[in-house]
Amino acid sequence: MIEVKPVRRVELSLWQKTYYPELWKGFVVTCRHFFVNLGRHIGRSLGMKTKPGRVTIMYPEERRPISPRWRGRHRLMLRPDGAPRCVACMMCETACPDNCIYITPGESPDGRIEKYPVAFEIDLLRCCFCGLCAEACPEDAIRMDTGYLELAGYARAEFYLDREFLMHDSAPTTHSQYAGELEGRAALRVDLLKLARGH
Amino acid sequence: MWLDLGLIVGKIAVVFIGIIAGAFVLTWAERKQSALMSDRIGANRAAILGIKLMGIVNSVADALKMIFKEDFLPPKGLRFLHAAAPVFAMFPVFMTFAVLPFGPTITVGGKVIPLQILQLDVGMLYLLAFGSIAVYGVLLAGWASNNKYTLIGGMRATAQMISYELILGLSLIGPILVYGSLDPGVMATAQNGYLWGWIPKWGIIVQPIAFLLFLPAAMAETKRCPFDLPEGESEIIGFATEYSGMRWGMFFLGEFAEIVVLAAVLATVFLGSYQVPFLFDAGEKLGMAGFHFPWGAYLPIAEWAVVALRILSFGVKVLILMWLQMQIRWTYPRFRYDQLMRVSWREMMPIALANIAVTALIVMLVA
Repeated sequence: MIEVKPVRRVELSLWQKTYYPELWKGFVVTCRHFFVNLGRHIGRSLGMKTKPGRVTIMYPEERRPISPRWRGRHRLMLRPDGAPRCVACMMCETACPDNCIYITPGESPDGRIEKYPVAFEIDLLRCCFCGLCAEACPEDAIRMDTGYLELAGYARAEFYLDREFLMHDSAPTTHSQYAGELEGRAALRVDLLKLARGH
Repeated sequence: MWLDLGLIVGKIAVVFIGIIAGAFVLTWAERKQSALMSDRIGANRAAILGIKLMGIVNSVADALKMIFKEDFLPPKGLRFLHAAAPVFAMFPVFMTFAVLPFGPTITVGGKVIPLQILQLDVGMLYLLAFGSIAVYGVLLAGWASNNKYTLIGGMRATAQMISYELILGLSLIGPILVYGSLDPGVMATAQNGYLWGWIPKWGIIVQPIAFLLFLPAAMAETKRCPFDLPEGESEIIGFATEYSGMRWGMFFLGEFAEIVVLAAVLATVFLGSYQVPFLFDAGEKLGMAGFHFPWGAYLPIAEWAVVALRILSFGVKVLILMWLQMQIRWTYPRFRYDQLMRVSWREMMPIALANIAVTALIVMLVA
């Protein structure tokens, strides 16, 4: 049994059907915008502190501030010595829904670290900027906070980012900060373990 | 004889330059006005040596772009008609202005010079006749492009323009009855009359319904929003689809020139032409030129100042009406095609006919 819900069309009143009064209302709205904005522009050009007569952002020169959570092009964080912070654990590659991260792990020359990425490549053309890689990373080695909006290129190869490109404009973090982060995480892990064991 | 010829050429030059300048300003005004209305800025990037002139330079850039753009003719398109169509669209618009007075009749050194290129007893018929030639431009453009969609677009445009031409003609009959002449010059003079001695006998006051019919019909003739179905820039294919570069630019320029001319027609018939309320020249008030207010006050003004004020008043009226047309174009959404036809034939035409009947009756009773 299909329920039928009759939709009644709104009947226009005679006043509205004469058309001109309603046209006039719309005309008043656009005229108000026109004259108010004109006044504001004139005020501004005379150096008065009127409201801006526009909402336009003059894009290449002016930019709308982006949220710190906004996900842009990736970058690889560095250790204080300039080596990638990544330990090639493959978490991001596994988490990636688009399979756009390709890591080749290798044995790290640094004795304290087990592995490092010999190659770390991201195919931006496949990336959907979901941010799951950054979320999956246990070392905070991959971030999407570069704020790059304009991802454009002339060839497909330009979107195939290699390890050096991802690292090149990443500032190395200071050692203490890095250590502090790790210690914080370790403490948290211990707390969680304790919680799990019922302490 | 040479003096007369020189005067005619001079007047033509003034009108022609006026229309072209108006059209040029309109290309700029269209962008800036719509921008102001929707809280934007409008085109402001083009610059010559850093001079932007509030975006006017953009119009120059546009013109340059159009001149250097490829002039494309579709395969099997008719070359001659394809080239002729924009001319048919533009030429009648400029011709229309010939009968419109842009100032009063002036006397310089004993020589009487009417500021009107062509003093024609059937001026209004001439105006409507040239208005209907513009249809050919649209239809030829659709036909010569060898594209069935442009042909359909051209047909659609023709149907629209013919429908609204009817309203245009019928709504003008009211003012013609009131002023008793088809000559716009006579109409302009008649509009310095006053009802009961104090209400200016302007067309908009004695024929308000005709004005409300003429304005939308005129906008439909210019093929601009809310009646821009012939072009339908953003979604439907119109007659100008196969045009590019300066040939398209001529359609575009013709359209803007049409706005200027229509503003002039509206000003002439409905807004008192060059008349300023209560301003009389020496000939009209026994040598006492100036403002004669209905409460008896008199403000004397030199004869040349009267002429200057009148020409200025015509210019200002045309500018205001151009502004109004732009404002309307950016305010209202487009009609659906059946609505467009219905409004013309079933709503505006009966009103126009009724207006004629009532006006005729009143004119007969008053006379």
